[in-house]
This record gives sequence, C-alpha cells and structure tokens, in this order.
Amino acid sequence: MSTFWSLWIIVLTVTNLILIYWVLMANRKVAVSDDEDPENKTTGHVYDGIEEYDNPLPKWWFQMFLGSMIFGVIYLILYPGLGAWKGLLGWTQINQLEREQAKAVEVFSASFGRYTDMPIEEVAREPGAVKIGVRLFGNNCAVCHGADGGGNFGFPDLTDNDWLYGGSPEQILKSLVDGRQGQMPAWDTILGEEKVVAVSEYVLALSDQAHDAARAAAGKPVFEQNCAACHAVDGTGNQVVGAPNLTDDIWLYSGTAAGIRQSVRSGRFGNMPAQKEMLREDKIYLLAAYVYSLSLEADE
Amino acid sequence: MSSNPAATGESPVNDPPAYNATASQPAYNYTVVRQFTIMTVIWGVVGMAVGVLIAAQLYWPGLNDILQPYSHFGRLRPLHTNAVIFAFGGCALFATSYYVVQRTCQAPLFGGLLVPFTFWGWQAVIVAAAITLPMGYTSAKEYAELEWPIDILITVVWVSYAIVFFGTIMKRKTAHIYVANWFFGAFIITIAVLHLVNSAAVPVSLFKSYSAYSGATDAMIQWWYGHNAVGFFLTAGFLGMMYYFVPKQAGRPVYSYQLSIVHFWALISIYIWAGPHHLHYSALPDWAQSLGMVMSLILLAPSWGGMINGIMTLSGAWHKLRTDPTLRFLVVSLSFYGMSTFEGPMMSIKTVNALSHNTDWTVGHVHSGALGWVAMISIGAVYHLLPVLYGRREMYSVKLINTHFWLATVGTVLYIASMWVNGIMQGLMWRAFNADGTLTYTFVESVEASGAGYFVRVLGGAFFLLGMLIMTYNMYRTVADAPDADKSVTPAQTQAA
Repeated sequence: MSTFWSLWIIVLTVTNLILIYWVLMANRKVAVSDDEDPENKTTGHVYDGIEEYDNPLPKWWFQMFLGSMIFGVIYLILYPGLGAWKGLLGWTQINQLEREQAKAVEVFSASFGRYTDMPIEEVAREPGAVKIGVRLFGNNCAVCHGADGGGNFGFPDLTDNDWLYGGSPEQILKSLVDGRQGQMPAWDTILGEEKVVAVSEYVLALSDQAHDAARAAAGKPVFEQNCAACHAVDGTGNQVVGAPNLTDDIWLYSGTAAGIRQSVRSGRFGNMPAQKEMLREDKIYLLAAYVYSLSLEADE
Repeated sequence: MSSNPAATGESPVNDPPAYNATASQPAYNYTVVRQFTIMTVIWGVVGMAVGVLIAAQLYWPGLNDILQPYSHFGRLRPLHTNAVIFAFGGCALFATSYYVVQRTCQAPLFGGLLVPFTFWGWQAVIVAAAITLPMGYTSAKEYAELEWPIDILITVVWVSYAIVFFGTIMKRKTAHIYVANWFFGAFIITIAVLHLVNSAAVPVSLFKSYSAYSGATDAMIQWWYGHNAVGFFLTAGFLGMMYYFVPKQAGRPVYSYQLSIVHFWALISIYIWAGPHHLHYSALPDWAQSLGMVMSLILLAPSWGGMINGIMTLSGAWHKLRTDPTLRFLVVSLSFYGMSTFEGPMMSIKTVNALSHNTDWTVGHVHSGALGWVAMISIGAVYHLLPVLYGRREMYSVKLINTHFWLATVGTVLYIASMWVNGIMQGLMWRAFNADGTLTYTFVESVEASGAGYFVRVLGGAFFLLGMLIMTYNMYRTVADAPDADKSVTPAQTQAA
C-alpha cells in the first residue's frame, strides 16, 4: 500500500470518528430553546402536528456509544485497520491460518501419519484407518462419487471391480495424487452421422445389447480403424489411457443407443482433480486405502 | 405550544398547528401517494408469495420443476429479493416520503410531470425485473442483478425522485426541516451514489454486461453497495417513515430532538464503512476487514438511537396499544429493529462471523430486519395512510388489522427462530472434529439436519403472506366501498391532488 492510500484511509477514518465524537459531545447537554415558555419541554418546532421533546440523551446509551468508540480505537491500535499500520499484535488472517494449521498437523499427524509406513493393502484392513477413510471420503469425494462410492453419471463407481485406470493400490494412489483426465474425442465431423450411428450399433453388439445387425456390421470396420487404438480391437478397453471396457454392462456415461451415439458424436471429458494440491499426503494415502477396501468388499 | 394536540384525544390525523391556522392547507398531491400505497400492498403480496415458493423449494426440491428453467430457485431468488426490497419496500418509501415531505413542509410536491414519471418509471423497472430475472438475465451482483438498460432507467427515475423530494423541501413553508426528511434525504442521495458506482459495467450486448471492477475490488464494491442497500434503503429510509408515523399514530411528541441529531449523523456516516464485514476471512485485505468490523460495532448505538426515539415516544400513550393494532405494528417493528441491529454488530465480529458465515443464521438475520422491521413499519404506515388518502375515518375492518398483526408477528418469529436454530447448528456441525482429526459431519448431513427448520420457515412465511392477503382484502374494501358520509373527516383528508 502506498503512503498516499495509507494516509487516505487513516485520515478518513480518524476524521469520521472525531466528528462523531464531537456531535455526541456537543449534543450532550439539553438546550431548552423556548425561552418564552420555560415550562415547555419541547423544542418549539411543530410539523404537521408533530412536536419534539428536548429530552437529554439516555445515559446508558451515551455510555454504550462512547464505550464502543473506545473499543474501536483500541482495536485499531492492536490490529491492522488504519491503512498500512500493522497493529501491535502483528495479527494477520494468514498467520492465524498458519498457526491453526500447524497446530492441527501437530495434534493429528499421529492419527493420519501412523499408517503411511504400512502398505496400502494392509491399511485397507485396519478398522481405524478405514473409519478415517470413510470420513475423509464423505467430505472430499462423495460430492461426485456418492456417499457410498457408488458413482454417478460421469463419475465412476468405486465399489465394483471395474477400473478405468487400474485397481491396484499404486494405480489408485496415482489417480488420487495426480488426478486423471479422460478424453473421448468428438467424432461427428470426422466420421459423419451415418458412421456414428453404425459404430454405435457395433458397440451395442459388443455389449450384447439389442442392435441393428446390418448397421453393426457396417460399424465394425469403422470401430477397428478409429476406436480400437484406445478401446482395443475386441473393445475391452485399455487402462493405460483410461479407455473403458465396452463389452461389459458397466457404463460411465450411458449404455443406451442414444447415449452411446451422443458419446461418439460429441465426445466425453472426464476430470478427476489432482488431490495433491488440496489434501495432505497422509490423508491421500488413507483415502487410497479406503477406496481399495471398497473393492475388497466387492470381491467378498 | 405546551399543549400536545393528541392529548385532547383527537384522531391522530390532526389539523395544522396554530401558526398555520390562517392559511388554508396547500393542495397536496395525494394521487401519487395513493398509487404508490396500493402498489406497496400488491408488490408485497407478489414478492412474499415468491418468497414462500422458494422457501418451499428448499424443503420440497421437486417444486423447482414447475416450469423449468424459469421456476428454478436460482432464478426466482433474485426475483424475490428485488420484489420485496425494491418493489414492496421501494413503493412504501415513495408513498410515505411523498406524503411526509408534503405535510411536514406544508408544500405540495415539486416537479410537475416528474411526479407521475417516478411512479410509472418505477413500476416499469419492477415489471422489467419480473420479466428478465426468470428469463435468466442477470449481472450476477446480489441485490443489483438487473442488466444495464434497466439500471439506466433506475438512474433516471431516481434523479427525478431526488428533484421532486428536494424541490419540495426547498419550497417548504416551515422554518426547519423535520427529522423524517433528513432520513429520507440521506436515503435518496446515498442510494443514487451506491447504484451508480456498483452498477458501473461494460455492456457487451443489450442483455449482457460485465462489471467495471474485478476480483476483490469487485467483491468490496458489491458489499459496500449491498450493506448500504440495507443501511440506507432498508434502514435510513424506513427510519424516516418511523419518525412521522410513530409520533403521528401515537399522538405524542418525538422523545428527543438531541437524540435525533446525534443518531442521524452517526448512522449515516458510520454505516457506509460497514460493508467489509460481509467478506471476513476472504481475499479482502486485513485492514479493510478490521475497519468494517470496528465500524459495525460502533454502529450499534446510532442504530439503537432510532429505536429509543421511537419507543420512548410512546411514553404516556402505552394504553393505546390495547386498542390500536396499527400502532402495535409500528411499535413491534421497532422492537425487531432493535433486535436485528444488535444481532448485526455481533455477527460482524470476526470470531462470531467464523461461526455464522454462510449459514442460515444470516438468512434469519436479514428476515428479522426485512419482515420484523421493514415490512411491519410499512404495513403500519399503510394502515395509517389508507383511511386518510381515501377520506375514511378508519380502515374497513380494524379487527382484520389485528388479525394481520398476529399473523405477521407469529410468522416472523417462526421464521427467525427456525433460521437461528438451523444456522447455529450448521455452523457447529461444519466445525466439529473427531478425535482422529477428521470432520465429524459431511456437508450433506448438515443439509439433512436442516430439513425441519426449512419446513418451519415455509410455515412462517405462509403466515406472513396470509396476513398480507388479509391486508389486500381490507384495503380493497376500504378503497372500493362508498366514501364515508362521516362528516368528521376533515376536508384536508379528502382533498384530491
């Protein structure tokens, strides 16, 4: 803050407070304005029949006003407020945050940190760790993946054993730490609507759904030329690039004829945000273990 | 002058005081006052009905789908706030300020055709808001959502309003300016400044513009505007209303002239600083947050000055509360005013704000001011005005005023209490930690726990709306029924524009 703006703030603030103090003090004493009629307790003004008494300021009100102004002045000496003046206490909202975070790390690193040396497979079998995981999941992941991890349109189900990027502890941890960006390109301008429909029918055939046999047959070469690079020739997908398996009945977006056409025509963009920017390492580790534990349940 | 006109037991609507006895009363312009008074009630019903609907949507989300996308909460919420603040509250302020400034200055309204223009222009703004907001046109600034062409119309109407109001003050026949007009004047000037600065934008098409400010500056300008919309539109303006209708209805002199001077200057100069308390613990620099908090705390006494002056005006006339439900509206509004202006400074303290921010407590606080103070004082003023404006001794049914009073009071209490419970519960749930360092509750659990409160809020809103419907009927009968043959109504009261 430049000296000019600092002074600007200080002068405006202090002048305002001084003027108000002056108005308060100047009107403290009652001025009986009607000299001709000393019995009259009003000011002598009449407006449309309304008169005004000249009662003094209520004492408790006067004191409360003065008290709040004194508090204000002391506060502005102790805390930042008057322009570039930092305040005697050196308080800032950032250092308050840092103090509280440091305290939280100190108090809670024991509970979060004591699992980081264990392999994720083992952490996933620790009831205490899973309990922490459930709570972290509820506040950080549930908004997309659902409170039970069951997923939603465009957000994968984490409780089945079908994985876009792999279900090993390492892969789950990587998904969490670095995030994942799923990209299905839009094919409408490249293929044209006829081939979009044909290849969609072929995908329906791959997943054993009702389909138009003639169109599906026409779609097969289209699939092999354009889609197989990611989804594999047999349509079972590729976890390296996060291309889903198209032969099962699990659909990230939609498995209906119309939904598949929409996916092919306009593409799909999935974004799992990288948690390393948002959560501490030990918390991410516990989350990875919790997500892994969900698939353990699916196996049982 | 020691004899108080009301002490003789006359109707609160009194003849002009003695020094004016020789002059006949000027021909006041009551047409525009009548128009704004009627629209106050009608827009009140509309705005509050939308309020009840969106409150119900928060309990029964299916109600969002009545007519998507127009009926979605996100589009109706700004319609509700604009309708109750600027349509209901605005019409009430126009009506009462035009009435009060004429009668306390003993001069008819200045401005000629500008007077009807302010009425039709303001109604055009309201209709434009009611059309564009559900269609999704918005500048995304809270309480200033209207797009730039409407903003320009508001500016033109507001400047006309200022010319009419201050022109009338200039032509006054009284030596001094009555305190009610100080507050109306401060409200008119400050709202003009706030509107011009906050709504500054770069238009990119007829229906879209972008704010002239960005980032934390935009947020600060927005809340400088937002909080002073509360401070000057919803507080100073309605204090002007209070300073006329409370002493008039009670038939008692105003308690303390000294107090009016101190609390007027303190209120208008300190309110303007308080906006940053909406942005505690944000990207706003620390100094601005602290100043906002300090000024908000100092604001408590000036705010209470108005309440003291209003309530103490009743000393010697408390018995009138038993028989006069209109006076009851006015006095209860002052109690809610005192309560919410205590609550406000408390919530501006950083430590308290850390709990209350983003919770329903804020919503409850706003409504204790909006329903308890703004709406109740306006309702009281309208019940005072209607018989005068239409040459009747009293409203069609005083009993129905009483029914309305209880519906409004119970509705307000249900609303505020449910939001206090919800807000404090949400604040506590969001900050609860387990021993292992994880949060005890997920966000959605706090939403789930708020369900009962949301239901009670719908109920409270419905009570309040029902009262407004009864008022509409009472108004209709008062206006439509044949004028009284009652000769006790003075010519001044029946005088047309």
